[in-house]
Amino acid sequence: MNQSSPGVNLVIYRILIYGALLFWAFLCLFPIYWTITTSFKTAVSVTQGHLIPWIDFTPKWIGFRSLGLSPETIFQISTVREEFLKRFFNSVITSVSASILAVMLGSLAAYGLSRFQYKLGFVKNSDISFFFLSQMILPPVVLALPFLVLYRELALLDSTIGLVMLYALMVLPIVIWIMRDQFSTIPIELEEAGLVDGLNVWGVFMRIVLPISFPGMVAAFILCLVLSWNEYFFAALLTSADAKTLPVMVASQTGSQGINWWSMAALSTAAIAPLAIIGVFLESYIVKGLSTGAVK
Amino acid sequence: MTTTYIGTDHVPAQQKTLGRVIIFIATILLVALFLIQILYKTDTITLGFENWRPTLYAYLLWSIALCWGILLIKGDRGQRALFVLPAFLFTIAMVIFPLIFSVYISLHDWNLSAFEGQKFNGLDNFRALLVDEYYWNSMLNMVYYLVAILFEYAIAFGLALLLNSQIVARKFFRVVFLMPLMLSPVAVSWMLGKSLMEYRFGPAATLARHLGWESPAFFSSPEIARFSIMVLDAWTFIPFMMIMLLAGLQALPKEVNEAAKIDGATGWQHFWKITFPLMLPVSITATVIRIIFKLKLADVVINVTSGGPGGATDTVTSFIFREYRDRSNVGYGTMMAVVYLIIIIILMTLMLKLIDRWMQKVT
Repeated sequence: MNQSSPGVNLVIYRILIYGALLFWAFLCLFPIYWTITTSFKTAVSVTQGHLIPWIDFTPKWIGFRSLGLSPETIFQISTVREEFLKRFFNSVITSVSASILAVMLGSLAAYGLSRFQYKLGFVKNSDISFFFLSQMILPPVVLALPFLVLYRELALLDSTIGLVMLYALMVLPIVIWIMRDQFSTIPIELEEAGLVDGLNVWGVFMRIVLPISFPGMVAAFILCLVLSWNEYFFAALLTSADAKTLPVMVASQTGSQGINWWSMAALSTAAIAPLAIIGVFLESYIVKGLSTGAVK
Repeated sequence: MTTTYIGTDHVPAQQKTLGRVIIFIATILLVALFLIQILYKTDTITLGFENWRPTLYAYLLWSIALCWGILLIKGDRGQRALFVLPAFLFTIAMVIFPLIFSVYISLHDWNLSAFEGQKFNGLDNFRALLVDEYYWNSMLNMVYYLVAILFEYAIAFGLALLLNSQIVARKFFRVVFLMPLMLSPVAVSWMLGKSLMEYRFGPAATLARHLGWESPAFFSSPEIARFSIMVLDAWTFIPFMMIMLLAGLQALPKEVNEAAKIDGATGWQHFWKITFPLMLPVSITATVIRIIFKLKLADVVINVTSGGPGGATDTVTSFIFREYRDRSNVGYGTMMAVVYLIIIIILMTLMLKLIDRWMQKVT
């Protein structure tokens, strides 16, 4: 034991903790700050490494102008903006529909598996659960090329529906994982009371279980949304002109060299903004979804 | 958890027959359409559809008929089966069928840009794969990337402990720490890989110069490039492990901490003797899920280095991606993917078995 008083120790301890916290917060936020400010920088500011707006450099709407989204170009006709908005709404439609589909299918399956005993030959509940959850270890690359060939035959290549089905498949195990956990926390007596009142199992599910487990479903939905909004691999392989999503557009722009960093920065900012906003306002749901399985 | 529900399992015979008829008709329809399409595609008959889309609709119709039929035949039990059936049919169509098809593709010399179409070549693809240096190189890279999880885990645990201590503005820090996970890996590739770590003007490179690294090229030498990719991936996914570990920490019983304080254990001892062992189950869950995600790593590699320099950063997924994009070689690409899947399944099964046995010994 050293001689210093516990008070001094405590202060040092506090400083260390807050120092570490602030340091990591800086690591998390600086890239985002850098991207947003770079979209307002001219080439000179970029090459000289200017960091702070209004002190180091004068912010200009240069990045968003190149996307047709700056104040003076927003009311003009812009092909870049049209392209961007098309990709943006493709992403919205694809990720939202895939998440809805996955949450619907997954919640039903999870409820069935957590409440009833199924038996089909030697297949039991635990086997069915394993069948669904084991999909999680399936790397996308295994399905990618067969789907390329299959979708070509099915005329689903470069279609939003094809992408929606794949994304739903990809996030389905996660929904089942989360919802099974959610349903097991609902006291079964509630459902028994519903059955006594004359509802059938589907009535019980719709009227009693669904409202109670709604927050869990929102958590699962948001997690699905994050994963399918950010998905790049399938989209890059299976879409070309019509159904192309935002990540594919961002990636194709990164390839082109040159120093129009401002437009890349503006594009990146626009691509991460929706989820960043969701992250700030619906953080508790994401935490809830991710915490599944951490606590038994 | 099970309950016995009050309800009749008795179903009128007439209804049962109706259910069977519905399923029967739908099955005939599906099989007939499938056969017609095969015959049409092999030029045996002239009547058929231009593509396989109608077969997909037929499967959809068959699925609905199957659900309805089971409902009619089994009554109350059918109602319960209906919860799992849609997800089951969906997964069968989207995974099992394509997997079988992928084995079929992998046994062919199949190049999408070639005119002559596919040709059966048995295990030729597999033989080519065995001597493909680049493939095994990417496999070795996966091992390096997996080892990096240990460091991610250590950092995530540290952050979880920080968030779990007595601090103000905990919610703020949690939101901030979670942020990288929300960003798309493609955007991260540009934000960090292509601009922050850019050789000439990137702030990270400038900082490295100030710290005394003469030429801070993050992606030119193999080892450093691999390390940079690890950092990018870790930056995105550390929050994921952090949140799981934090949930575990918050669920620890309070008495444990208080008992330790009375015993006069120091923070360090307390951590190793009490917190860490109690957190083992959560740690294992988090690590296993992280491994699963790591095995899919590709987006960052494709967009920042394209596997370079000299394949030093290639993952199996990014390698197969380029094999398809540059050469349209579907047959060989699929064979590589199938082999990857088999290796993953074997290793994961072994790992889970070992963990199971080990956990039984510990607890």
